[in-house]
Amino acid sequence: MNYKLGIDVGGTNTDAVILDMNDRVIAKSKRPTSEDVSSGIKDAVESVLQTGKVAPSQIIHAMLGTTHATNAIVERKGLSKVGIIRLCLPAGRSVPPYLDWPSDIIPHLGNHYEMVHGGYEFNGKILSQPDREEIKNVLESLRKNNVEALAVSCVFAPVNSEHELLVREIAGSVFGCGFPVSLSHEIGTIGILERENATILNAAILKIAESAYSSFQDVLKAHGVTSDLFITQNDGTLMAVGYAKKYPVFTIASGPTNSLRGAAFLSGIKDAVVVDVGGTTTDVGILKKGFPRESTQAVQVGGVRTNFRMPDLVAIGLGGGSIVRSKNGSVVVGPDSVGYRITKEAMVFGGSTLTATDIAVASGLASLGDPSLVSGIEKEMISTSIVKIKEIVEEVIDRMKTTAEDVPVVIVGGGSILLPQTLKGASEVYRPENFDVANAIGAAISQVSGSVDGVYDVAKKGRDSVIEEVKESARQEAVKAGADPESVEIVDLEEIPLAYLPSNAVRFRVKAVGRLGHQ
Amino acid sequence: MRYLSVDDIDSLAVGAAVLGTGGGGDPYLGKLMAKQAIMEKGNVRLIDLEELPDDKLVVPSAMMGAPAVLLEKLPNGEEPQTAVRAIESYTGKKAYATISLEAGGINSTIPVYTAARLGLPLVDADGMGRAFPEIPMVTFSIKGVKASPMICCDEKGNMVILETIDNAWVETLSRTVTVAMGLSSMISLYVMDGRTVKKHAIKGTISLAIAIGKRIIESSRGKRNPVDSILELTNGCRLFEGKVTDVQRDLTTGFVRGKAGFEGIDNFRGKNFKLEFQNENLIGFLNGEPAAMVPDLITVLDIENGIPITTEQLKYGQRVVIIGMPCAPVWRTPEGLAQVGPRYFNYDVDYVPIEDLAKRKKS
Repeated sequence: MNYKLGIDVGGTNTDAVILDMNDRVIAKSKRPTSEDVSSGIKDAVESVLQTGKVAPSQIIHAMLGTTHATNAIVERKGLSKVGIIRLCLPAGRSVPPYLDWPSDIIPHLGNHYEMVHGGYEFNGKILSQPDREEIKNVLESLRKNNVEALAVSCVFAPVNSEHELLVREIAGSVFGCGFPVSLSHEIGTIGILERENATILNAAILKIAESAYSSFQDVLKAHGVTSDLFITQNDGTLMAVGYAKKYPVFTIASGPTNSLRGAAFLSGIKDAVVVDVGGTTTDVGILKKGFPRESTQAVQVGGVRTNFRMPDLVAIGLGGGSIVRSKNGSVVVGPDSVGYRITKEAMVFGGSTLTATDIAVASGLASLGDPSLVSGIEKEMISTSIVKIKEIVEEVIDRMKTTAEDVPVVIVGGGSILLPQTLKGASEVYRPENFDVANAIGAAISQVSGSVDGVYDVAKKGRDSVIEEVKESARQEAVKAGADPESVEIVDLEEIPLAYLPSNAVRFRVKAVGRLGHQ
Repeated sequence: MRYLSVDDIDSLAVGAAVLGTGGGGDPYLGKLMAKQAIMEKGNVRLIDLEELPDDKLVVPSAMMGAPAVLLEKLPNGEEPQTAVRAIESYTGKKAYATISLEAGGINSTIPVYTAARLGLPLVDADGMGRAFPEIPMVTFSIKGVKASPMICCDEKGNMVILETIDNAWVETLSRTVTVAMGLSSMISLYVMDGRTVKKHAIKGTISLAIAIGKRIIESSRGKRNPVDSILELTNGCRLFEGKVTDVQRDLTTGFVRGKAGFEGIDNFRGKNFKLEFQNENLIGFLNGEPAAMVPDLITVLDIENGIPITTEQLKYGQRVVIIGMPCAPVWRTPEGLAQVGPRYFNYDVDYVPIEDLAKRKKS
């Protein structure tokens, strides 16, 4: 028998699951996340192999979801010195890189950037020819500044990537082969500043991603798991670990994405609102054809504006640890929480703070800790709190929906015991089995994808043939990422006419997804 | 006279989006351009309309193009220089100051950028007091000021001077030039002497936008709701509070044209609101009765923090406050209404000022 191993490293817990090749859950485990991350993974993997009675050699795919990279950016830890090259002249000089960045992060990255000739117009015409000598000279000066990685951006790189590729080639001769170079067209979409920002962040975390992923590989090897390791990314699909070492920014929102994907899988519902209630926050997202709906707005990562693929999520301060208090005759739940101190501070554990968990226990929705410690809470307080929690979640569900019609709602996460069986705006409420390890399951069932985003002139080739062309490039990207060509399908095609000028420029965003092939 | 600092530009961008009535273009890019220019060249002098000498030349400055292109192909920084020098050599006069044609949206911050780059003062006024979709929709145009000579520049150093028979041709020809330049250009038009500017410009709109933006930014820090103070600054009124229940958009004409429906909450529970827009919000109906209409200003704000929401950002489920603000008096004249009244935008209603509609509702 062959099996899949899914691991999710969260802020509080590291979850692991083993699925068979029909995606049935064979075993699951939950262990505290350790500070070094690796030993928490080790504990969770050991335990799940044991309970599932699975031999390490039977694991043929291992998938890991981790927000290691996010933490590095948010905490400004272990970041590399980055050299930035923007191919834009004669355009672009009016807004240099780093202009809108939080000032505390820049010293960690160094403040080394150069603008050179190059780039395209919206229709792929050349804006200006890149100059090899000029590029070589600025690379030399970046090398003297001891940068550890390069980030390259270029005007309309999503339309044509040649100029960025040229810089990578020249960098090979200046810095030596294998020097890390992140190219913006591989990272983000239209909007040069946000795409460049994401590329700089990617370059800055290459080093720590390399060491983290290598140590995860070592942990698995030490347990005899010799299959290739895959890392889950923001859009709910997988990257081979070698690829993830080059594009670590794509993992930044993989945590919530995995729980959304896990919820879709466990409930069998492909289009729904997913409510993931954790200890401190509740994440609410939207499933569209089994994948998270992506955000169309600029997304801030550690205070930096980016535009790469991120799920559209709302996080609110509601969870098992939310503090409950009465105020002017009404009840307020959250947004502050006792967090990881819940096992000391919540009343059911002998503490003195009234939390949402205490309300759940007092009302009989959950049984944990010592129920007698909450028997003194007034009935009215309990019922009002439960109504309040329900209302908070109902409002977020309504905010996230795209139409007025009722939609299916899937509830996952340890804190979901707080929610009742019916919710306003929900056509039905699903609470699937194994809801507590939805994220690790989401990691284990992940597929691979490829996507294309660019502006095309539909007048020349005709709309239909442009659509065929972009679909085919997306399919090829998916196969490149490891998809079985037979299984690849287009899951998303968005057509956005460019406002203001009645020309024939249209922006297309296409995504193809397929099953992981056997290599 | 006062100086505009980098902090004022943050406020200006937020306030300009309120005056942008849902359109006008995202002020984010113009904000960064203006900030960078101020950091390089120093603070910008903002002068009152009265400080402007009668016989001096005022050169407006703006950007034109597809928003997605503006976000990708950023300007070079030399375009204002190119444009203003071209006007100077064409007219034989020296530029004294620059001014915004449109205080709502991105073209509130672009003149700050131009002013900083060239060391010119910026006049605290504009030609709309809000945002409109077409070049002839400025006070100067309805008062007979010629839009041409108009300059279009690109980042490559190309420059085109248009001399046209009327202001409508300026719109047609400059769009064609802008497409050829790669869907974005820096423009100067409605070049006037100080006397003309003083007669026709809408006074104080840049400092008004800064004041509005400041209230919104400060209240987000202090967790107070800024809506009342925005209404106080603009003599506006609260038209509705509710949530978005329905949004329809059609982009085929090159404009964002559409409708949004809202359902009342709190004091407006049980009521509904309908908003129609073409780039900008143009007309709003409370329970089927007109509550405000163009050229008066209608802006949708986030109910939590007062941040303005554009017509492109509107989506189901948002909790919003819809506010209405009276337009500059010049738009309420017969010539004004002919150019920007509800009938010009194909709505079959006669213009009624927002104050009168509010009174009707009460009685």
